[in-house]
This record gives sequence, structure tokens and C-alpha cells, in this order.
Amino acid sequence: MIMDNTPSSTSTPVSKGHALLERWKMRWDRIANNRKIFPIVLAVGFILSILVPKFGLVNEYVQLVIIYIGINIILTTSLNLINGYMGEFSVGHAGFMAVGAYVSAIFTTKLLPENLEAIYFPLVVLAGGIGAALIGLLVSVPSFKTRGDYLAIVTLAFNMIVKSVIENIEVIGGPRGIPGIAKLTTLPWTFFWTVLAILVIRNFVYSNYGRGVQAIREDEIASDLMGVNTNRVKLLAFTLSSFFAGVAGALFAHVLQFISPKVFDIIKSTDVLIMVYLGGIGSITGSILGATVYTVLLEVLRPFGMWRMVLMPLMLVLLMIFRPRGIMGLREFRWLIPGFDLYALKYWRAKKEVSHGTPAS
Amino acid sequence: MALLRAEHVTHYFGGLCAVSDFNLDLEQGELVGIIGPNGAGKTTVFNLITGVYKASEGSIQLNGQELVGRKPNAITQMGIARTFQNIRLFKDLTVMDNVRIAYYNGLKYSPWESLLHIGRYRAQEELYTNKALDLLEFFKLDQFADELAKNLPYGSQRRLEIARALATGPKLLLLDEPAAGMNPREIEQLMEFILWIRKEFSLTILLIEHQMRLVMGICERLKVLDFGATIAEGLPAEIRANPKVLEAYLGEGGDQ
Repeated sequence: MIMDNTPSSTSTPVSKGHALLERWKMRWDRIANNRKIFPIVLAVGFILSILVPKFGLVNEYVQLVIIYIGINIILTTSLNLINGYMGEFSVGHAGFMAVGAYVSAIFTTKLLPENLEAIYFPLVVLAGGIGAALIGLLVSVPSFKTRGDYLAIVTLAFNMIVKSVIENIEVIGGPRGIPGIAKLTTLPWTFFWTVLAILVIRNFVYSNYGRGVQAIREDEIASDLMGVNTNRVKLLAFTLSSFFAGVAGALFAHVLQFISPKVFDIIKSTDVLIMVYLGGIGSITGSILGATVYTVLLEVLRPFGMWRMVLMPLMLVLLMIFRPRGIMGLREFRWLIPGFDLYALKYWRAKKEVSHGTPAS
Repeated sequence: MALLRAEHVTHYFGGLCAVSDFNLDLEQGELVGIIGPNGAGKTTVFNLITGVYKASEGSIQLNGQELVGRKPNAITQMGIARTFQNIRLFKDLTVMDNVRIAYYNGLKYSPWESLLHIGRYRAQEELYTNKALDLLEFFKLDQFADELAKNLPYGSQRRLEIARALATGPKLLLLDEPAAGMNPREIEQLMEFILWIRKEFSLTILLIEHQMRLVMGICERLKVLDFGATIAEGLPAEIRANPKVLEAYLGEGGDQ
């Protein structure tokens, strides 16, 4: 959609401030419409993620916050696939995260020799993701029959099961958890996995499988009757979502350096839920914003001590009153929409004109 | 051989018999109407054919293949599409996406290709997008392609629902009260429209309707349901004169 930026010919006098605002809006539209900038932003981001820790451009604390933002973006985007795009209410995301964290931590602390850990780290994260994806596959089965509140209870129960199971396995530390995990999650790796999660989930959403997922949110029976294999699509969405939750868990374990079942309780799941609804359902841009705003705000409000846990929810209440669909609910920044999809209508009209030889009036 | 054959179809909701001993033979290219008072079980018949409900007894066959026990998406894939009494579009999706979703059946790329946008993804997406837009143009909806479905005017929403159903590539189209909420002039247009799509897409059409004007005008055969039972069937002229039908619609002694 291209904005029409021609100045309006209304006779009302335009104030100076208003004109300035218009000019900035025009500039912003030009940037948002220029899709060539997107790869450049990614490249610059990646280079920065290498340079920042190398030369200590910002202090350790800020670096750590950035890593948490990345992990939270992965968590939020992946949960948005279920809660936003599919319209279900999953409250057990920390369960998948726990699986990813434990699988990867077992690899690095118990199975791999210490000197190889760093080299194998991407594979370890992948293993964490695959472990969580397999569990996600299992959890998707109840979703074939159950919807809404009932599925929410199923996912809540799943979260509790994962926590209790881990607490009862002595080999992986039981309730004491796994200490002494190497700090392998670096800024470049976080950047890589975050971008991968965003792009892969974006790609899925802009395919007919992803549209099937959204059709389920709109009307499950109608989508079934339009030929969408709802069970298959749900299975894909749950597996993909839990895979990236597992990846986030693996990254989380290797930055926290200590994991225990208590870390992955319902409170953690709630955090992710808040970020999803803050950013806006059914929007990847929203997930990125939601995760960033929430993580940063929690840090900014740190001086308020315990009061930040009052202030933060208060802001959420206000947001839900004034913007119930979150910051970007069901809307997407143009850079994140595949060009082919964004301009489909334009391409089609151009093709028509060529084949008919007459411009559409 | 009949395109659609329903034999002794009976369905219960708990102890309530919603449809009893429903029989139907639908030949290729026919336009048949099902009429009846409110709660007569008309929509239940549609739900049984499309697999939303599983018939308690009896069999429904499309080209000799049994439909009872199959999932709705499998039945759609076999060539039956439908619209709904109360419009059930994907409201928060664009008009184009509404139609594209209906091409899910013919999807020829794997989930892996969709995750990375590689392989057959691009060519297939282009194909289906262009097909969807061609269809929208055919229904004069292409100017709304980027709009959300919920923002369309009522009449266009009805048309979009039919367009979406046709995108699944049906042999048999089921229309559930297509004239609901339309004025007499719009009904005239709708009648022409139904005959036109039947010809253009070589469809067999089964429709439910309350508007006598519409069913009498275009249907070749009619079936009348009342309390789940078939009380009459035949040519529109015969139905109009049938005392049982008058009784069902107007109450006992309603024949003037």
C-alpha cells in the first residue's frame, strides 16, 4: 500500500508544527517503503553484534539486556504464532522453553568435552529446539479436539508436568537444577537466532499453511469446510512455535548459567503472554516491539524496587483499556511482508494491462 | 449415475430427530431447492453432506464414494463446497486471503518450502494469488482485494463467500439461504447470478431458501422438509399446489 503524500488542497491554514510533522511522516514513509534498506539493517545489526562485545562499545550490563531482548523476541514471536495467529490461548510456553534449556544444558555440561562446547554451540541450541519441538508435537494432539479455555488448561497442565518431571529426575539435578553452565550465548549468536526465528515464522505466516492457521482463528469450521486440513496446520504451528521456544530456552540457559525447574514456572509463561499482548496479536512487528518495550521497561523501572511490579501491570491495564489489540495488533510493518505478497495486486494489474493492451480506467 | 445420492439419512441430536429418512438423487448440472419452515432441518442436511455432523444412519455418496465418516476438509477436496446462512468469512483477513485459503487443497509445496520460501513456494504462491485475483475480478471484487473482508458491504460479502467456495474447485455447490436479507430487486439479480455461475463453472447446485420467489423462479426440482421429514417433492408448480406444503407453511386449514 503506497501512501498518497500529495499535500491536501484544503483551505484551512496549516500550522508550522503540523507541516513539520507531515514532512517527517513523508520521510518515514519513504524509509518504510524502501525494502532494500531491510537487508542493510540486518547486515549492520550483525556487524554491530560482533563489534560491540569485541571493543566493549557498551558495558556488560547493557549487552546482557540486549541478549535478553533477543531471547524474549524469539519467545514472543513463537508464542504469537499460537496465541495471535491461531487464536488459541496457550499458557505453557515456559514448558517448551524448559525442555530446550535442559536438553542443551545436558549436552554442554555432561555430554560434550569442555573444549568443544563453543564450536558445537549452534548444534546444541538446535538440539534444544528439536527436543522442544517433539514435545510440542505431542501437545498439539489435544488441540485437535479441544479449543479455547479448555486448551488453555491443557497447556497450563503441560507446563506443570514439565516442571514436576524435571524436579523428580535426580540425574539432571532434580529441584536443585543444573549449575555451572558455560556462558556460550554471545551477542552474534543471539542476533542470528533472533533473525532466524523472525524470518522463519514470518515465512510460515505468509504461506498457505500460515493463512490456514489464521483461518482457524477467524472461523475453524469454515476453514475446515474450505479444505484446510486443520489438524495438520495446528500440528505445524505448535511444532514450529515450540521449536523456537526451545531455542530461546537453550540460549537462556547459556546466558543465565544456572537453570532450575523454578525458573520455568507459570510466572515465566505469563511474562511471555504479557509481551505478546503488549506488542499485539497476529503481528511479528508487534512481537518485536512488545518484547523490547517490556524488557527495557523492566530494567528502567528497576530503581523503583518492588514498586515496578505494581507500575508495570498498571501500564498493561491502561494499554488494554486504550488499545485492546496491543501496540500493533493484526498490523505489520511493510519491511516484514514479503515483497511478492505486498505488491501482488499491483503485479496482477500490470499483467492484465499487458495481456489486454488497454489500461484499466 | 447420480452425482450426489443420499439414502435414508437420519440424524439425531440427543433424543431429538433433526432429519429423518432423507433421500436425494442429484444429477449432474441440476439446480434443486430445499424449502421448509424454520427448524425443519434444512441446514442440518447441509451439515450432514459436508461432514460437519456425522449422520446417525444412512449413507451419502458423491459419485459413488461414501461421504459419511469423512472429515469436512476431505469432503471439500472431493468436490463439495458451501456457503453459510449467516456469512462466515474470515473477517480479519483480506479479501484476497479469504480466497487464497480456499486453494489449500491444491497446495503443492511442503511445509519446509514454506518455512524458507524456497523451491516450489514462489511459483505456487504466484499461481494461486493470480488465480484468486482472476476469480475476484470475475465477481467484480478485485477492487476490494486488499480490504479486510469485514469492511465489505453486505452484498459483496455474500458474493465473496460464493467466490471463496468456488475457489475450492467444487462440482457441487451448496447455497444456504443466499437471498437472506435481500430486497426484491437484489433477489432478481441473485437469481441471474446463480444461473450464470452454474453455467460458467458447470456446477450442480443445491440450495436452501425461504424466499419463494427465488426457489420458484430458478429451481428445477424442490424438496420440502418439515420437522425433519420430507413432506413433498417435485416440480415447483406441483409444490405450489400441494396441500401438505401449504399446511406446513400456513398452518392447518390454510388452504384458501
